[in-house]
Amino acid sequence: MKMQYGFPIIVGLAIFIGLLTAPFAVGTMTKTYKQPELKLPANEKKCIESTEFMRTEHMQLLNEWRDWALRDGKRIYTNHEGKEFVISLQNTCMKCHNNKADFCDKCHDDAGVSPYCWDCHIQPEGLK
Amino acid sequence: MNALYSLLFVFLLVLIPLFGVDAAHMRTFFGVCVPTTAFIIFLIGFVYKVIIWGRSAVPFRIPTTGGQFRSYDPELFKQNKLDCPQTGAQTFFRMALEVLAFRSLFRNTRVSLYQGKDYPVVAYKSSKWLWVFAITFHYSFFIIALRHLRLFLEPVPFFVNGLDFVDGLLQIGAPVMYLTNVGLVLGVLLLLGRRLVLPRINYISYVSDYFPLFLILAIALSGIYMRYYAKVDVIAIKELTMGLVTFSYTVPETIAAPFFVHVFLVSCLMVYFPFSKLMHMPGVFLSPTRNLPNDTRAKHHVNPWNDPNIKAHAYADYEKQFGVPMAEAGLPLDNPENGKAPAEEEA
Ligand code: HEC
Ligand code: HEC
Ligand code: HEC
Repeated sequence: MKMQYGFPIIVGLAIFIGLLTAPFAVGTMTKTYKQPELKLPANEKKCIESTEFMRTEHMQLLNEWRDWALRDGKRIYTNHEGKEFVISLQNTCMKCHNNKADFCDKCHDDAGVSPYCWDCHIQPEGLK
Repeated sequence: MNALYSLLFVFLLVLIPLFGVDAAHMRTFFGVCVPTTAFIIFLIGFVYKVIIWGRSAVPFRIPTTGGQFRSYDPELFKQNKLDCPQTGAQTFFRMALEVLAFRSLFRNTRVSLYQGKDYPVVAYKSSKWLWVFAITFHYSFFIIALRHLRLFLEPVPFFVNGLDFVDGLLQIGAPVMYLTNVGLVLGVLLLLGRRLVLPRINYISYVSDYFPLFLILAIALSGIYMRYYAKVDVIAIKELTMGLVTFSYTVPETIAAPFFVHVFLVSCLMVYFPFSKLMHMPGVFLSPTRNLPNDTRAKHHVNPWNDPNIKAHAYADYEKQFGVPMAEAGLPLDNPENGKAPAEEEA
């Protein structure tokens, strides 16, 4: 049986399918994706916690840090190895990770997040 | 019972990738093969269904209307242009409001019976609850789907970043809580609760009503679990998802099991979609009760599906053809002449 109003139906379908498959079209044109290369602190070996932990839980840790420091007045963090750190975003994290653009931002740009922390906290010097 | 079966079935669906990834180590299968196959089934099934619908006959103009038709005195009785659209443009606006704002749900009313002074009275009252649930649910789902583009496009396009910002506007916690996450779960729970609690709706609810709701709830919860509790490695996941769209498949070792559960559930949804009530998504565009202008009294419509080989046969001609047997059977004739047998046979 023939299709009535076939033109708008096919056009609508084509637009829908086109939008759905657009990432494939864009993807095949660009080169394959690799995880960003981070600029790690030169003279440090270890982060506050294990790398795997930091990788996925750093936002949670920062959130807890903020609460501990500002609500509970606890400004010293003892990690699992018993090592102590001053709880501070600017003075602890960013002292080692002194290049925000080549570290934090690398991941965040890819993950489509832009932490609002830097509305108030100062980024490491010389960077924007 | 229907709800329970659906719930159990969704549990089963959660177990499959859990065992598949944790016990059987089928990471590539659940990370690449399943979602890719599901996406292909979704696309083909979707197109197939829409084409079938596009080809089925709509012999009559059957728009449903809820307002004043253009009357003999348009000053006195104004036409209701949205509820009784008579031109293409009016129909377009009606459709746009239907699709974007769920207008007919907004006009939903509830019937109730009151005991009046002497006799019971039927009352109709506007009931917006269903509309509120539905619109929260659908828009949340839509925005969440769009936000997922951050995993499929590199660089992440501006509107995805914008959505991410607006969605996380409350800046609660880290990772920030998304408004749409709350909206989606709340919406599904209310749509589900309505089926479970209201006896009239419960009575007409099947597995095919509960299953998609439970499945979507499970998808939402697995996503939320992944983001806020299990904390999966998003960058590694992006490598996997970008691999899917660039056809260079990789499954990084650091991706944890909750991700595979989420992907498997979404794959189930994609496979199920074209064969379920969820096809109301393209269906709303193809509803003849909505997408046709109500102009039957202004224009002559010929059923476009009429077989051109079958010619019209007016009653006058019919009576001419069958007048004699009709007269014999004692049926009344418009023209008594037709009842007389032709002269040759009389002789
Ligand atoms: C003592 C210096 C030091 C401090 C302080 C520090 N880091 Fe690190 N961080 C490192 C080093 C070194 C690595 C690389 C570890 C490795 O490669 O195994 C690292 C790794 C990381 C990673 C994982 C990167 C990857 O390769 O996946 C994240 C995320 C991170 N740090 C975030 C933070 C945050 C957030 C803070 C503050 C709460 C912080 N770091 C504080 C030294 C530090
Ligand atoms: C509205 C401005 C503002 C924003 C946005 C903001 N902070 Fe802060 N933050 C402050 C102030 C003010 C303090 C108090 C500094 C102090 O008492 O040492 C603070 C303290 C902290 C501390 C503990 C002490 C220190 O020196 O670091 C942490 C950790 C912290 N913030 C993390 C974050 C993170 C993570 C974000 C982003 C998710 C963020 N903040 C966003 C204003 C802000
Ligand atoms: C290994 C990559 C990586 C590195 C390096 C990294 N982050 Fe993140 N970060 C992420 C990802 C991925 C998310 C988003 C998680 C999500 O969306 O579920 C995130 C989220 C956050 C959030 C929560 C933001 C939000 O709006 O939800 C904060 C705060 C944050 N990161 C701070 C930092 C800081 C500060 C640094 C640098 C010291 C840093 N991160 C380095 C990957 C990284």
